[in-house]
Amino acid sequence: MKLLNYTTSYFALILIFLLSIWAVIFYIEILDEIYDSMDDGLDNQKMLVIRKAAKDPALLKKNTFDEGNFIITPTSSKTAKKFTDAYRDTLMFMENEEDFEPVRLLESAFRHEGDYYKIKVITSMVEEDDLIKELFFSLIWLYVGLILTILLLNNFLHKKVWQPFYKLLRSLEKFNIEKDTEIKFGSTKVEEFQLLNERIDKLLKKSVESYTSQKEFIENASHELQTPLAISINKLELLAENSSLEPEQMEELGLILNNLERLTRLNRALLLLSRIENRQFADEETVNFNQLLKQIKQEFEDLASHNSIEVDVIETAELHYNMSKDLARILVANLLKNAILHTPAASRVKVEIFKNQILIQNSGEKPLNPKTLFSRFQPGKRSHSNGLGLAISKAIADRYNLEINYDFRDNLHSFTINF
Amino acid sequence: MKILIIEDEAEMSRNMQTTMEKENYLVEAVSSYKEALSKIGIYDYDCILLDISLPDGNGLELLKILKDKGLSDAVIIVSAKDSLDDRVLGLNLGADDYLPKPFHMAELNARVKAILRRRKFDGSNVLEFSNLKIDIDHHQVKIDGKELELNRKEFDVLLYLSINKNRLVSKTALAEHVWGDHIDQADSFEFIYSQIKNLRKKLTTAKALPEIKAVYGIGYKLISQ
Repeated sequence: MKLLNYTTSYFALILIFLLSIWAVIFYIEILDEIYDSMDDGLDNQKMLVIRKAAKDPALLKKNTFDEGNFIITPTSSKTAKKFTDAYRDTLMFMENEEDFEPVRLLESAFRHEGDYYKIKVITSMVEEDDLIKELFFSLIWLYVGLILTILLLNNFLHKKVWQPFYKLLRSLEKFNIEKDTEIKFGSTKVEEFQLLNERIDKLLKKSVESYTSQKEFIENASHELQTPLAISINKLELLAENSSLEPEQMEELGLILNNLERLTRLNRALLLLSRIENRQFADEETVNFNQLLKQIKQEFEDLASHNSIEVDVIETAELHYNMSKDLARILVANLLKNAILHTPAASRVKVEIFKNQILIQNSGEKPLNPKTLFSRFQPGKRSHSNGLGLAISKAIADRYNLEINYDFRDNLHSFTINF
Repeated sequence: MKILIIEDEAEMSRNMQTTMEKENYLVEAVSSYKEALSKIGIYDYDCILLDISLPDGNGLELLKILKDKGLSDAVIIVSAKDSLDDRVLGLNLGADDYLPKPFHMAELNARVKAILRRRKFDGSNVLEFSNLKIDIDHHQVKIDGKELELNRKEFDVLLYLSINKNRLVSKTALAEHVWGDHIDQADSFEFIYSQIKNLRKKLTTAKALPEIKAVYGIGYKLISQ
């Protein structure tokens, strides 16, 4: 939920609650006030009528409301004396509305020249249902108006006040620790935003710093490892050559050498990875992938034929792409080697070159996990592979914004590179 | 043949020296930029093995000085910093080869020999070992004067073993040299065995005196019976 909608929905809820309470109180107050003034009016009218009746005795005989709004009926002194003014609501047929409508009625008694009379004065009253209706609609309009105002105001504030915040969000969204070193902050007078910018800036700088130093550390460590590795391997080679060791000892020596060489390859792979990520391969040229793939196929021929694997290169189009030739070679060679090493013996590896795509396909039984496939150190069954081949291919693809996809269908592993 | 090793890592330097001396070269070793500078000022060498990261200077500077003086010493850069820039820069400055550490002794030997061959024996690129004669330029192998048919890879294997004759060549060194950097998975080395087997058969049939001996667990050795 967006911040704007979030606050507005809160306002909407609170307003409904507040306005309803307010409406009830307002209604009661208004009604009270209306009754009060109506009753005053009735009282006043009663007095006027009594005064008028004193001058015009004919009025004393008016016992229907008709066009007037009062009736006077004679009554006994006993009743009159006990009588107190009473206001009540009642219904009367109204000609204009053709319906019974509520009226306010005042009943009172008075004495005129020794006779007692009862007087009823009416006045048409507020129709409560109408009042409620009107009030309800007004409140709806008020509510809508308020929400709209809040929305507009929020929108405006949003654009204006929250602008630095959204700017920050956008740049954070685009931020890539592998490429960017810092982000630009919009200037703001709001203290909170200043603090936010400041903190994020610090945090980012720290992250970038530790990322870089980590990268450098890997690179330096790999560099530093080269010489001791070289010395150890060469010493063992010379030892194997010079001494007349027993076959079993020779075998042990061979094992040590193998493991040191494994370490060397791992180290080289790490160095290569950090060099790709540090963009240390700048020389770009137009690489003909048809030629390249045929050449790599040739290089792997002995390895493939040893396991009776046939590698088919199908060219449906010419594929050229501008990139470092060394990296292009590593990119496809790793995938092809992976296919050759993992396909069952006596099967086929298919390489198909399209206009914008290379497909490398080999048979297999189970799909690989596409989530971890390209991550570092995710070796398959072969424990002696360094597990970095696919990670390197992925790093190269990322470097040139290419896409590597993996798919498993009909017992076939398919790797595609989209250019 | 005189070789100068410029390398600050004492053990690295000793390894290289031992390997070079086995080939009966005259070897001198220095460990700093300054020493190297005075050496190349006085003597001529057939080949210089140059480590470019020296404690008191950059090896590439030495290379520049050598080439500015018009000296014909062949230079092979050995470096732990296998960076493309250094390689390109080094070769542009006139280095003859670039060997990233770690390397195999057999590979060092092969590179030095290749350079010396290119420099000294123009035209006669023929390697002889017992009754085996390898014409490198023409990809031709003769045993007692009779031509032996070998495929490309078999030829490369035989040549590499001959260059390192009487020396132990590890499987990795052989694989990397003949099949390239992509063949680096230990299990794929099995296929080398089948290549060697074929080559052995051909050599025996042709009555070659040199023989490929397997050193179990490590590699192969070409020796003369």
